[in-house]
Amino acid sequence: MWCGTVLKGCMSLAVMLIMVVTAQSDAAPQLDRNSSTADHSRFTSLQGPFNSGPEVTEACLKCHTEAAEQIQQSLHWTWEYEHPVTGQMLGKRHVINSFCGSVTSNEPRCTSCHVGYDWKDMKQPPPQAENKVDCLVCHDTTGQYAKLPAAAGHPAYSLREVPSGSGKVLSPPDLAAIARKVGSSGRQNCGACHFNGGGADGVKHGDLDSSLITPPFSLDVHMSSEGADLSCADCHTTTAHSVTGSRYLTNARDSLGIDVPGHTDMSRASCESCHGFSPHEEKKINEHVDRVACQSCHIPAFARGGVATKTWWDWSTAGRLDETGQPIKALDDNGHPSYFSTKGDFRHGENVVPEYRWFNGVVQYTLKEEKLDVAHPPVEINKIGGSAADASARIWPFKIMHGKQPYDRVHQTLLVTHVFSPDDDSALWSNFSWPKALKAGAEQAGQPFSGDFGFVETEMYWPITHMVAPAADALTCQECHARSGRMDAITGVYIPGRDRSVSLDTIGWGAALLVLAGSLLHASGRIMMTVRRGKTK
Amino acid sequence: MKQHMVFKRFERFWHWSQAGLIFFLLATGFEIHGTYQLFGFDQAVSLHTSAAWCLIGLWVLAIFWHFTTGEWRQYLPTTDKLGAVIHYYAVGTFTGASHPFRKTTQAKHNPLQRLAYLWFKLMISPLIWGSGLLYLFYNDWAKTEELLSLKWVALVHTGAAFLMLIFIIAHVYMATMGKTVFSLIKPMVTGYEDEETEMEAKQARKPGKVSG
Repeated sequence: MWCGTVLKGCMSLAVMLIMVVTAQSDAAPQLDRNSSTADHSRFTSLQGPFNSGPEVTEACLKCHTEAAEQIQQSLHWTWEYEHPVTGQMLGKRHVINSFCGSVTSNEPRCTSCHVGYDWKDMKQPPPQAENKVDCLVCHDTTGQYAKLPAAAGHPAYSLREVPSGSGKVLSPPDLAAIARKVGSSGRQNCGACHFNGGGADGVKHGDLDSSLITPPFSLDVHMSSEGADLSCADCHTTTAHSVTGSRYLTNARDSLGIDVPGHTDMSRASCESCHGFSPHEEKKINEHVDRVACQSCHIPAFARGGVATKTWWDWSTAGRLDETGQPIKALDDNGHPSYFSTKGDFRHGENVVPEYRWFNGVVQYTLKEEKLDVAHPPVEINKIGGSAADASARIWPFKIMHGKQPYDRVHQTLLVTHVFSPDDDSALWSNFSWPKALKAGAEQAGQPFSGDFGFVETEMYWPITHMVAPAADALTCQECHARSGRMDAITGVYIPGRDRSVSLDTIGWGAALLVLAGSLLHASGRIMMTVRRGKTK
Repeated sequence: MKQHMVFKRFERFWHWSQAGLIFFLLATGFEIHGTYQLFGFDQAVSLHTSAAWCLIGLWVLAIFWHFTTGEWRQYLPTTDKLGAVIHYYAVGTFTGASHPFRKTTQAKHNPLQRLAYLWFKLMISPLIWGSGLLYLFYNDWAKTEELLSLKWVALVHTGAAFLMLIFIIAHVYMATMGKTVFSLIKPMVTGYEDEETEMEAKQARKPGKVSG
């Protein structure tokens, strides 16, 4: 009898415990990741008025005493990266890319994407003064702050007509109002530069464009509000203004796995940081992750958000003018630029299928000092490391940018192109003369220039890692496991369905056919003889 | 006419389920090989794997059965009448001679069949199972073992599949070479051989009756 009572008591206790636990989990508050302990609008030092960006920075630094120094040590500031594996000095200050070319000789234009003010000469490091750091470009939450295209990183400080000659006058941004509303960096902040690389929206990367500001779930499961609703910095974890994730030394195969605070590197800039090493239900798919990057299957195409990316840029045709001597701007059938006198011929693409290569994360650049192998184009503007034999390499998706770029026929090197200048008469975009533009570029860069130049076909590798599609849209097996498919350029590994021994197949099918034909012949012999025996009876 | 049981229920079950599985494995296997598209690669792989496990299970049962019943002796090779059987397939079958061999429960397979099935059991099957299991568990050994590559495992598996295909073509054709087209296939279905043929078999065993 008492047994039953105890049992009843235990059961009701258990039920109560379950109810308490359930109630607690129901009541667990959803944390607001955008909350802050400071209301910047109440800070007296931010009341303004401010006449310039540097003045705002000075106000910020009164409280954030270490921020400028942190920024000035970061890649966003130095534009300089000494590669720990190759020893090459990279960074925007040094490399030549296959889009606009080089920053050198085009500074006031290109440094509109520098996190600072007044860097006007790439031969010098960026300005030393702490007030030259631009806080607002990364921390504006109003969307009102914008650097002018060609003012060495400054925003507008006075009324201006945009576009010039249109009669539409824009007032300069209210720096004090912006400063009172600063917050953590959002998509628009990062996107202002990273979505617009190469001169316009989506041009450069292919997997980064303005469609990621409010993407549908089908475009990006991580950034969509219907998905994880992450901002860039949720994965590109940042400490002391140093941002994780690199295209020069990519973490092509994360060996740490899920990023447990205190146990790993505190970086979430890899899929494994959240998803671990065996994220699939099916064992055979998990057995791919040691050699196939997640991105290879989960980003079936890039430039999927309705913004086209540039796939071909031929500088050799730049400079052609119309009959009246005016520069030409032609669009293709989809409304994308196809020819600009300033820049040459273009091709664009949407929903572009990536190309796949082995990649161990190490990227080597063809710098302006390096001899080109012009006899075997295309010249690789950057080379990606890795092969099947390299255990740290995986199969990665790439956008491969193609085009033609100027080089010195005598010195056999790539040439720095002087395309933009507000005041001299040698820039390509104002005078349409290659000889002048290349001479000026070489002088600015301190590069030998023979005067004899040509154009060589080039290609450049851009790893694809954003625009992760819903699991249902991931590649099916036969996209790669097929005679001809996405793995066409992958060597050094036997891929079932793609690979075979042609001689073994020929011998095998041949022998099977011979046995079949022999059987049929034997059978017809039997039939004939039976019929003949029937007749003779 | 009396009937005599030659193929027991288990033998028939084993033979026909093995036949079905092998046909299915060939169909899915050559799809994985990239020869054509039928189920889709992922479906083909999972069907091929499941069918392979079924066949392995069936083999374990069959091996157990053969050893406990002593039926494994049916596959011991012999040269007795081997020449006569070969001669029959090369000549006798055209001239209307009767088959020099008649099956009994003690000797169900003629000497040529014994050799062919022994080849199937000791060569084709070990090759296909060994390479298939290595293929399936590739991720468990590839990291430590450099001597063996997936490529060689896959090529051996493909080669063994061709041997299997060739065996089946010849086997199916030769099954039609009885007194009538279906007379050899019927006992494999019903289990029974006609008593009459049992008598003929005794006749056939007498010297001088071997057809030439």
